[in-house]
Amino acid sequence: MNILITLFLEFFKIGLFSVGGGLATLPYLAELTEKYTWFTMSELIDMVAISESTPGAIGINMATFVGYRTAGIAGGILASVAIVAPAILIVVLIARMLEKFRNNKYVEFVFYGLRAAVAALVLSAGWSIAKITLFHLENPALIERFNWPALALFLLVFVLIRKYKKHPIVYLAACAVVGLVIPF
Amino acid sequence: MNDSVTLFLIFFRIGAFTFGGGYSMLPILQRELVDSRHWLKEEEIMDFYAVGQCLPGLIAVNTSLFIGYHLKKLKGALIAVFGFVLPSVIVILVIAVFLSNFMHYPQVKQAFAGIRVAVCALVANTLISMFKKGIVDWFTAVLFAGALAVLLFTDVSPIWIVLTAGISALAYKQIGSARQS
Repeated sequence: MNILITLFLEFFKIGLFSVGGGLATLPYLAELTEKYTWFTMSELIDMVAISESTPGAIGINMATFVGYRTAGIAGGILASVAIVAPAILIVVLIARMLEKFRNNKYVEFVFYGLRAAVAALVLSAGWSIAKITLFHLENPALIERFNWPALALFLLVFVLIRKYKKHPIVYLAACAVVGLVIPF
Repeated sequence: MNDSVTLFLIFFRIGAFTFGGGYSMLPILQRELVDSRHWLKEEEIMDFYAVGQCLPGLIAVNTSLFIGYHLKKLKGALIAVFGFVLPSVIVILVIAVFLSNFMHYPQVKQAFAGIRVAVCALVANTLISMFKKGIVDWFTAVLFAGALAVLLFTDVSPIWIVLTAGISALAYKQIGSARQS
């Protein structure tokens, strides 16, 4: 079979079956290394590192990267389209229903509970990145468990956000520059 | 400017400046759609994010699709997802074609250490308003504490947490309204 068709079908499948975000695609990609000779396991690990250090959803970055490695630029674009295609079909269908029942009493009851869960989900996701960014929790000594320069920058940026309310991109760019000038 | 072009540009910016998982798109969404343009309420973003967790596919893509659909039906959903995906595809292709040793530049690591700190601060700021919208009474406070404990101390999938929270809220409100009548 044509490689582009195979690529499309494989990534469509990943988009359809990976529930819960970017890293949920990882087991499926690992499976591809056994099925095809597109890339090796150690190349996959490199791809994860690059995907985590570039903007955008990790799943899409992985799809573009694997697609490019396998079948050039056309492959990169095709794999990215394939991984989001199932979501487009499913979400549009659900969104249509949701808009219809948005003001239904029972739907409102459910969302009243969901918002509390979302606050917890975002806090725990934030904690998982804070853990590796602001702390060195693996250190035994208490004082060394804190990444002091990172914590100082965190507090400074947090105060600036609250005070000046500039666009988030301003803070992201500024901190990238700070990271380049003062390695920590 | 045309609303469709604006919508595309908003999601292009989100795609270009989302570092990490789906949660890291929330500060920019809040800024662009809630604070600056008043196209959405913060609660609606939280609702779409919750449902997006439970469906197949990437959370950020699902959330973009829901918001796009809410604003401009099918056309909006397609514009939003195209805008969100495009920067990723461009950046990765450029790296793959021209910068095969991208990860070996020490500057990349350093810049990312800084960016991650900004992501932490931005998400912390977003959390403050999400707490206000999400935790509104004792029942939601209990739900929040329970969900957080499960997330931090077990490997239970977020999908089950979202489903349990929705069902128990429905039951609680139903019992409450049955008592009143």
